[in-house]
Amino acid sequence: MDLLNVSGSPHVHSRESVKKIMWTVVIALLPTFAVSILSFGFDAVKLTLIAVASCLLFEWLIQKFLLKKPCSISDGSAVITGMLLAFNVPSNLPWWIMVIGALVAIGIAKMPFGGLGNNLFNPALVGRVSLLISFPQQMTTWPMPRPWFSHAAVDATTGATPLGMIKTGLAQGKDMGELMNQLPSYAQMLLGEQGGSLGEVAAIAIIIGGLFMLFRKVISWHIPVSFIATAFVFATILHAANPALYIPGSYHILCGGLLLGAVFMATDMVTSPMSGWGKIVFGCGCGLLTIIIRVWGAYPEGVSFAILLMNAVVPLLNKAFPPKRFGVTK
Amino acid sequence: MKTFRKGGIHPEENKLAHNTKLEEFPIQEKAVLYASQHLGAPAVVQVQKGDKVKVGQLLAKGEAFVSANLHSPYSGTVSKVEPAADLSGMKKPAIFIDVEGDEWEESIDRTPELKKEITLSPAEIIAKIKEMGIVGLGGACFPTHVKLSVPEGKKVEYLIINAAECEPYISIDNRILLERTEEFLTGTCVLRKALQLEKVHVGIEENKVEAIARLKELAANYPGVVVEVLKTKYPQGAEKQLINSITGREVPSGRLPLDVGCIVCNVSTTLAVYEAVQKNRPLIGQYMTFSGKSVTTPHNLYVRYGTPVQSLIEYCGGLPEDTGKVICGGPMMGRAMANLNVWTNKGFSSLLVINRKEAKRMEPQNCIRCGKCVEACPMGLEPYLLSANAKLNRWDETEKHHIMDCIECGCCQFSCPSYRPLLDLIRLGKNKTGGIIRARQQKK
Ligand code: SF4
Ligand code: SF4
Repeated sequence: MDLLNVSGSPHVHSRESVKKIMWTVVIALLPTFAVSILSFGFDAVKLTLIAVASCLLFEWLIQKFLLKKPCSISDGSAVITGMLLAFNVPSNLPWWIMVIGALVAIGIAKMPFGGLGNNLFNPALVGRVSLLISFPQQMTTWPMPRPWFSHAAVDATTGATPLGMIKTGLAQGKDMGELMNQLPSYAQMLLGEQGGSLGEVAAIAIIIGGLFMLFRKVISWHIPVSFIATAFVFATILHAANPALYIPGSYHILCGGLLLGAVFMATDMVTSPMSGWGKIVFGCGCGLLTIIIRVWGAYPEGVSFAILLMNAVVPLLNKAFPPKRFGVTK
Repeated sequence: MKTFRKGGIHPEENKLAHNTKLEEFPIQEKAVLYASQHLGAPAVVQVQKGDKVKVGQLLAKGEAFVSANLHSPYSGTVSKVEPAADLSGMKKPAIFIDVEGDEWEESIDRTPELKKEITLSPAEIIAKIKEMGIVGLGGACFPTHVKLSVPEGKKVEYLIINAAECEPYISIDNRILLERTEEFLTGTCVLRKALQLEKVHVGIEENKVEAIARLKELAANYPGVVVEVLKTKYPQGAEKQLINSITGREVPSGRLPLDVGCIVCNVSTTLAVYEAVQKNRPLIGQYMTFSGKSVTTPHNLYVRYGTPVQSLIEYCGGLPEDTGKVICGGPMMGRAMANLNVWTNKGFSSLLVINRKEAKRMEPQNCIRCGKCVEACPMGLEPYLLSANAKLNRWDETEKHHIMDCIECGCCQFSCPSYRPLLDLIRLGKNKTGGIIRARQQKK
């Protein structure tokens, strides 16, 4: 008989694994991917594949040749980064820009910190924001999604995102009531008929993915709920104060990258707090900053910046909101 | 459904021996008894080589207050008194007996009749429990008479019987509650009388449906017995969690159950108390589960102390081919045995065989900060942080983050998707931090 194994307790394990968690997220992203294909056609497939492949490639290259560590690309985290990165850019983005984005995400935001688990910032967001700053032109030309199942050429029309329309409209001195008529309706936004990045056009697909992750206990409700609720309440207050200047809260929630951010990016385990209260505060901060940047900032969209800013305070939040100890009263 | 405030997990229950009847393990030819099988001052050996002993005769005497007597589980001749390795591999003084027949002390009532009427006074009950060498059989082996002797100025409000049996595989409490219900219930009444309380709360996890039904049915005849059905969630049977589930109170950090007016006893101990007080029978053995996924027939055995573990294993069909680990205790908190050449002792509540697949530890990966360990920890600690600090020898940090509150339940390590050896590191950290705290207190 082999020698008995005498490691310490516990002697059993939940068999939960990083791989399982990461691939669950990938599955949760599939509905969103499907809608992006319906809306933007082959471009969506192409960009997503390029992003995923380059993320995997960069991670492998860095591990093999720079860090000389065992390869971990099968854990699925680079696949998520690739997908999220692609979902955050316009469908007509040149492929080489996508590759640069992947290099930034993996080569700057993830691996130098020590790989999965040690990065402070969400790699996909770092990638996206770098592209936005470096290639503002290409990153803000939005092909309009075509109606589902049509064969219309996608590139034919480019337009602004709803948020972009608002920002320019207001700058031109238009009234919000007037602007609202030009904006897509709520139903259109739910189903993906709005200008925007690959993965942010259809609220419904994102929600399905989110519920799936919630059900599989990969995320908890805290961050999405507090993020969305705070954004909604804050925007609603603004709207109530001056409807001519501010769009309704519900509109804020459905347009732009807010849902994608709240469900898939702010919830990234590595870059969000541990305890329930920490998560809630984190989500509130994200929601607040998003609206502030959208309304008063230079960019029409603020989700990425908001989450990245909040990523930076996660270590502080972990300190400030430890779990409630058993038997310790302060 | 009552449960504890925070954390907890749901491991596979694997109660394979749930429906296996209690049976008595046959007498062996040789027995070895560690002289001290309890927590506290060592007991003093009372016999010498060549002495004839009977079942129930005193072998070692607990002279200090926090100590316990040991009685002979076998009749025969003492062949030698010398150190023998115990579970931990440490040599401990032990009494070797060559078994001859099965001759019992006359004072012991071996009839199966239930003796319901409690004639002894509270003080006499506690004295009897001390005399009979009863210790807590959940594993800690703390002398029961010490637990029941409430110090001046403390008040007991709750007597809680721990029948949660939250560890996977183990099915002893369940069987005792089903097959020896009345004796158990009388035992609870004995304890209740010793503490002069009105009520006794029996906490049991809801998955033991039959036992709950049986208990509720018969408890009607035992005034003061309250059956508390609790949520099935590990570690429901951990002392602090059980108290929290039943009373809503939290034992303050660094304090004892008595500080919130609670005393907790487990099922086997309660049965031993019944036998000691009502039947004059010393503690000479206990029930234990022998189980495991690859074990063909799981057993629930009554095993006298001093029985060779090897013969237990043989009796149960030997170790399966794919054995990876043999555990004394439950899979969450039990100890892996390095050496099977040992003998059963007080607190030996199960022998589990974990197959190689389950026993295999995966390669640890980076912590992905998923927070699952934090969520699982019933003590509200941050296991990822404690283990990281322990790795870096930062003992001031571990102390600040309450490492000493860790009850070593293993929920954190069980849940970690990165297979990090959290509890290994935390245990090390507790040792070091505890040492530093003690040294500091001594200086003062
Ligand atoms: S072993 Fe300690 S740190 Fe880990 S979950 Fe249990 S109490 Fe918490
Ligand atoms: S469960 Fe493991 S991976 Fe998750 S935070 Fe705790 S130590 Fe890190």
